[in-house]
Amino acid sequence: MKIGVVTFPGSLDDRDAARAVRAVGAEAVSLWHGDADLRGVDAVVLPGGFSYGDYLRCGAIARFAPVMDALVPAAQGGLPVIGICNGFQVLCESHLLPGALIRNDHRKFNCVDQRLVVENNQTAWTSGFEPGQEITIVLKNGEGGFVADETTLDRLEGEGRVVFRYAGDNPNGSYRAIAGVTNERGNIVGLMPHPEHCIEEGYGPSTDGLTFFTSVLKAMASA
Amino acid sequence: MGHVVIDVMLKPEILDPQGQAVNGALPRLGFDQFTDVRQGKRFLLTVDGAVTDEHLASARDAAEKLLSNPVIEDVVSVRELRDEDAEQ
Amino acid sequence: MTALDPSTSATHHLDTVTQAAQTPEVEQPWAELGLKPDEYANIREIVGRRPTSAELAMYSVMWSEHCSYKSSKVHFALWGENTTDQMREKLLVGIGENAGVVDIGDGWAVTFKVESHNHPSYVEPYQGAATGVGGIVRDIMSMGARPIAVMDPLRFGNLNHPDTQRILPGVVAGVGGYGNCLGLPNIGGEVVFDDCYQGNPLVNALCVGAMRVEDIHLAKASGVGNKVVLFGAKTGGDGIGGVSVLASETFDEGGPTKRPAVQVGDPFAEKVLIECCLDLYAAGVVDGIQDLGGAGLSCATSELASNGDGGMRVELDRVPLRDASLRPEEILMSESQERMMAVVEPGKLAEFMAITDRWDVEATVLGEVTDGDHLVITWHGEVIVDVPPRSVAHEGPTYHRPLDRPAYLDALQDNGTGSLGRPVDGDGLKSDLLTLLASPNLCDKSWVTDQYDRYVLGNTALAMPDDAGVVRVDEETGRGVAVSTDCNGRFAKLDPYTGAQLALAESYRNVATAGATPLAVTDCLNFGSPEDPGVMWQFREAVKGVAEGCKALGIPVTGGNVSFYNQTGDVAIHPTPVIGVLGVMDDVARRTPSGWKKPGQVVYLLGTTRDELDGGEWAHVLHGHLGGRPPAVDLAAEQLLGEILVNASRDGLVDAAHDLSDGGLAIALAESTMRYGVGARIWLDAVCERDGIDAFTALFSESTARAVVAVPRSEEVRFTDMCTARGQVHARIGVVDDQTDGLDVQGQFAVSLEAMRESHTGTLPAVFGR
Repeated sequence: MKIGVVTFPGSLDDRDAARAVRAVGAEAVSLWHGDADLRGVDAVVLPGGFSYGDYLRCGAIARFAPVMDALVPAAQGGLPVIGICNGFQVLCESHLLPGALIRNDHRKFNCVDQRLVVENNQTAWTSGFEPGQEITIVLKNGEGGFVADETTLDRLEGEGRVVFRYAGDNPNGSYRAIAGVTNERGNIVGLMPHPEHCIEEGYGPSTDGLTFFTSVLKAMASA
Repeated sequence: MGHVVIDVMLKPEILDPQGQAVNGALPRLGFDQFTDVRQGKRFLLTVDGAVTDEHLASARDAAEKLLSNPVIEDVVSVRELRDEDAEQ
Repeated sequence: MTALDPSTSATHHLDTVTQAAQTPEVEQPWAELGLKPDEYANIREIVGRRPTSAELAMYSVMWSEHCSYKSSKVHFALWGENTTDQMREKLLVGIGENAGVVDIGDGWAVTFKVESHNHPSYVEPYQGAATGVGGIVRDIMSMGARPIAVMDPLRFGNLNHPDTQRILPGVVAGVGGYGNCLGLPNIGGEVVFDDCYQGNPLVNALCVGAMRVEDIHLAKASGVGNKVVLFGAKTGGDGIGGVSVLASETFDEGGPTKRPAVQVGDPFAEKVLIECCLDLYAAGVVDGIQDLGGAGLSCATSELASNGDGGMRVELDRVPLRDASLRPEEILMSESQERMMAVVEPGKLAEFMAITDRWDVEATVLGEVTDGDHLVITWHGEVIVDVPPRSVAHEGPTYHRPLDRPAYLDALQDNGTGSLGRPVDGDGLKSDLLTLLASPNLCDKSWVTDQYDRYVLGNTALAMPDDAGVVRVDEETGRGVAVSTDCNGRFAKLDPYTGAQLALAESYRNVATAGATPLAVTDCLNFGSPEDPGVMWQFREAVKGVAEGCKALGIPVTGGNVSFYNQTGDVAIHPTPVIGVLGVMDDVARRTPSGWKKPGQVVYLLGTTRDELDGGEWAHVLHGHLGGRPPAVDLAAEQLLGEILVNASRDGLVDAAHDLSDGGLAIALAESTMRYGVGARIWLDAVCERDGIDAFTALFSESTARAVVAVPRSEEVRFTDMCTARGQVHARIGVVDDQTDGLDVQGQFAVSLEAMRESHTGTLPAVFGR
């Protein structure tokens, strides 16, 4: 089972994402931003970081990288893709997911151990969770406010496409406290929190992140 | 050479925390006549020779495809930079 | 500041060496560039004529206090005199290189260093702090290491002063903005408030890097014909004269605001540079490497040449420029960020360039190593610099500044806390505890530290608010390092020698508390003006204190930084020798957290408590008092305590450990309780009787070499036997109890968790917002 992890200039959590992939027994394949080549992987992680320094807008330049030429059609065709933090921003800029991410409402970078509610366990990346399960995942960003117009928000809610919601106080002003969403098909998931930092006892607030990757292994196996 | 100026602003309904921060800071400096502030971006594109309609059309296209995110931003103006508002 | 044009008085044409030789009488603006008359005369003697304006620019920048250490050099002999062979054993690279390197075992080497960026942070808090982080990270990179963590000791003026509200958020945003974008976890540091730093905030930045022993790189240019390559960002007008002008002069009260060109950082460019450099190192194409920091190209070229064979030729016009109008003197002085200089064998140049291309990093061959012993720099074929590089980089002026014990010190030391009103009952003790918890230095710092990414790279085993930052270096074995930075400036004001040793002791203790064996030291010496004999006396005393303390503890200073001129008018900051200690752990999974979790565990107090309130937080917060003598230093006791804590951690004899420092036992107990919200019942009678003190002293004294630990009952006998056998003073003072809400100090007071948390967490948000 091969899971690709894309590295853009400025990607930071690509190494951690690769570690998470290996932790569940899959092979981590490094995908270079400059190559329009997915190297035959069965799923892709767009990792966190500051691709292109967050210039112009977070993810705005990365979405035009050659690797996205290969990724976009593959994702539209059903390839499981997860966008974490900056990766979520790239997915929104690419219009693979609706909405956009703006500056945290309190205007500071914030790194906290965040409680989330898993609202949709039918996606490729969340099948291992129970519906309504509360998990603790690292949240660390400056531009994590999820926004979209009312029509889009209502549709996401109505179609059950809100995958994760912040529990407790809204940490960044995200509309409807949305932490992560999915596409209609459920193969593309984007979220601001970082599951790859929650896979090893003692190095993160929980090991809840492992389930993301074990879930996708199941999805890949039955693909 | 000519210049095309492009102004991009957040859509009115989108939360603008930076604009709000500026709005809060102005009165502290004695500027209390302003009731709201919203912050946007201004791009300056340079072309060889004079600015043509084709340049403007291209610039608008670039603005919509890259310089703005249509989900949250509007391209409020695409125009030639004239001498009146010339820069250094 | 409009860039001073050093060649104005000469001609507007290029000032070449030939020209200089022919026009010895030309007036040069050496004073405006910060040089003293004797220094200028010395330069003329070295080059055998008047210097060209480019040479003058180089010397002025490289001979500034910040770059040449001219006021501090004479005192650094104390480091050498106090370093034994045994201390040198684990030292792979010592003082004098970009950063020191220590052997941590299993073929791993760790490099670490702390530096200051104080004056720029007062002028432009965000960029000053950001570029401070950038600079220290580049120092670590230039040793051949991958940077793996950062820490930031920060010191500000009064919390409620409007200028603090200008400076602090900018500094914190800058530290976070740059470090987070680089992908480096911030694992600790300090946030200290004191009026003395009002006009002179201290922004010190520490970076840790790791590499295999065989991958250490040095900053030397040797091998005739090897190419000198500048790579990274383009050169612009950033910080022209910044280093020498800012750090060598104080800010005058009421004087015109200095507006020098502060450096602006681009962390994305540096992140790309990190990855590019690591690929270059892995490919083995780098012979020597230097980062461009203070004094930019002047420094990089002269240091590389000076450390190497001595000869180098550079074509300055080949430097890629952001601003084509820059004159050669400005290019030499520019402090544009995110630039490195490498020495590359001609046969490896193509591979070097292929790697920089892949990362879109601009790389330009500027020149090569020559068989002479001069640094020659040309501009479009004309020689504008021809100097012996040692004279620029390593043989700058040495000052023997006068020292004089300050006249105020006797009276200050005589004015102890003995006559201050102390609380008379449990209610008073509780009230003082809550006041201390809410005080600026002791309050919760999450408002600051939550702005830093602590998780990136996935190797952070411990971070603030625990006692040390701990990161894993080897993912297979768990081998890793612990780092802490500490300094109590008030103690150093009362007695600089003791104060410096107390900083060392505290940092050493913090590292051991986390379970790591202390191995090496870095220092950032922040002081007032060296032209003040009282400050120079403080400086020498502090250096002596650290040097002798390190010898007693058996751990060497590997490198560090001096920041002088931290004063506004006549008022200097407290002498603030920040000491960073690095320790090693075989397996960081065993690190000891600072708070207890399991009910039933027994709380022990290790160490002896004496009546030592002078200079401490209680006197400072409750009475605004600073006077007397700081707590006594006992390095043998610190060593013993350290061994006990490290052994106990390794053998699983303790589940939690927290060292005692600011605020004493009361604060340590409160913090241990608040950490995970698990209460404890505490009784002080045994300790009070044994040490001959009252409850107040037991709770608030700041005696050294003490820690509290939580011992599982199953390990209690083994633990106490170990302490007894080694002669470690210990006393059972309580039990962890989840049925107790907060702290129940029996016979004195009970304080709920909520009351403590409310006091503790409300302070910074009340000032800075949510």
